[in-house]
Amino acid sequence: MSKRIEVNDLNVYYSDFLAVEGVSITIEPRTVTAFIGPSGCGKSTFLRTLNRMHEVIPGAHVEGEVIIDGNDLYAPGVDPVMVRRQVGMVFQRANPFPTMSIADNVLAGVRLNNRRLSKSDGDDLIEKSLRGANLWEEVKDRLSLPGQGLSGGQQQRLCIARAIAVSPDVLLMDEPCSALDPISTLAIEDLIEDLKQEYTIVIVTHNMQQASRVSDKTAFFNIAGAGKPGKLIEYDETNTIFSRPNVQATEDYVSGKFG
Amino acid sequence: MTASVLTGPRKPRPQANGLTTGKLPRFFELYALVASLLVVAGVFALMGFNVVGWLVVTAIVYLLAIGVFSAIVENRRKATDRVIRGLVIVAFLLAFIPLISTLGTVVIRGASSMNLSFITQSTHTAFDPATLKVTVTQGALQSIVGTLEITGIATLMSVPIGLLTSIYLVEYAQPTQWMARTVTILVDVMTGIPSIVAGLFAFSLFTLIVGPKAFSGFSASVALSVLMIPIVVRSSEEMLKLVSSELREASYALGVTKFRTITRIVLPTAIAGLITGIMLAIARVIGETAPIFIAASFTNNFNANPFNGPQSSLAVQAYANYKFPGTDIPASVDSAWGAALLLVLLVVILNLIARIVARVFAPKGLR
Repeated sequence: MSKRIEVNDLNVYYSDFLAVEGVSITIEPRTVTAFIGPSGCGKSTFLRTLNRMHEVIPGAHVEGEVIIDGNDLYAPGVDPVMVRRQVGMVFQRANPFPTMSIADNVLAGVRLNNRRLSKSDGDDLIEKSLRGANLWEEVKDRLSLPGQGLSGGQQQRLCIARAIAVSPDVLLMDEPCSALDPISTLAIEDLIEDLKQEYTIVIVTHNMQQASRVSDKTAFFNIAGAGKPGKLIEYDETNTIFSRPNVQATEDYVSGKFG
Repeated sequence: MTASVLTGPRKPRPQANGLTTGKLPRFFELYALVASLLVVAGVFALMGFNVVGWLVVTAIVYLLAIGVFSAIVENRRKATDRVIRGLVIVAFLLAFIPLISTLGTVVIRGASSMNLSFITQSTHTAFDPATLKVTVTQGALQSIVGTLEITGIATLMSVPIGLLTSIYLVEYAQPTQWMARTVTILVDVMTGIPSIVAGLFAFSLFTLIVGPKAFSGFSASVALSVLMIPIVVRSSEEMLKLVSSELREASYALGVTKFRTITRIVLPTAIAGLITGIMLAIARVIGETAPIFIAASFTNNFNANPFNGPQSSLAVQAYANYKFPGTDIPASVDSAWGAALLLVLLVVILNLIARIVARVFAPKGLR
């Protein structure tokens, strides 16, 4: 199910502007990798290149390669739609589809990809995905109600359920807890711990405690100044990054001297 | 508040609160309005009464009084607030008067010709051999059918073209692309086309294709869709832009194709607004007179075939019967008012349907 991600010397551009420069990183299967760094340093931009989501913005393009289990995502002829079916994503703000019920939201990825599902298979997938997202017990009696009627934390877990329902290999999370209260954050962190058994997870976070709680490895991104490209400064075991980092800038950031 | 409650009303000098200012009594605006109405009525009674003058002078006196009193008792900011609020209400009433007056006139004058036979029969003549008299019975069926067919065909042509154009503009084209800019400019130009020009365009087009006297309901539909398409494009474009890009991204992230994202996520989310826009476009063209008169001409005969021969519409019937009445002039004029009332009713019904449809399709769970 889960796959290794290998990035070689990746540059990300918005039109002519170089946003992220020279990132090389290897993410092992069944691990949680956290991206930390100050605002605007390119963590989210880089994350979005891992499932070709950044292309949604006109003019955005990359140089370099991103290899998932031997397949280069940016090789000529690769269909971004196929990439995104393998690499799911959860966004900063919960975005359940407003026209759909809770159950339909979970099945959205499968249904919209034109796969026919029998009623019982659909019900099984709904229960499995919602259980996977730790939401089943809370919503099992109101599956036909609109997804937007849930609380913020529940909506975010619904989005996670929706993402894992299409059984991707990799799950990208772009600050999934930044709009949530501590209780909901805890629920999602527990969930990440469980999901690690099956998926390769990459999470962008501004919360360093969160990075140290949930991740196995941590990547620190930084930016030299406004208008300069973001760079990967240090990538190591989470313990190492937070206790004895090799680079001074990392130590300054994790100890709260800047950022 | 708390201070006055604690000290109670009996204490002679409640502690002054530095944050309060003087305040006019609760219903002061109402009292001031009644007082100015009475005072001005009194003044007018001495000079000769006149309803319009009475109301206009009352509005001025009221605004002055409320401003002065508020400035004295309260402060300048509150005085400005009260005066501006009064002006807003006056503006609202001014806008409301023509609407009510028009509706009232149409209902009162049209109601007399409104009966079952007017709606279910077309205008026809009967010849009585005994008295040698020709009697004309006014009917509107030919115009009701004509209006529905002409507008319906125009809608069937305009909605797909308009909707697809707006989808292209919002979802596919880059705003800087020459094609998108050209389309946007053309739509803007089309919005400004006078309806009579659209009618002449359709008429000459069909004259070229079919030959002289090429009157048909379909030709009128083409004229109306020239007017409708830019409205549909504009309103749909705005509605599609309102759908947040987060929803599109969420769909892409599930590996959904762009086409299915548009058809299954974007359009259903915007459906209520799209339908409202289309209904407004229909309401805008259903009352058009000139282009239909030119392209479909006018007839009192029942003609349900939009592709052959002249067809009537309610607006054209109202115009023709009023401007070119038959021998029985009052009956023709009544029929004109009846057609006008039917047209208003039709628009109201369409609007109600649009509201119901929009409510049924609106995203649920947003309260």
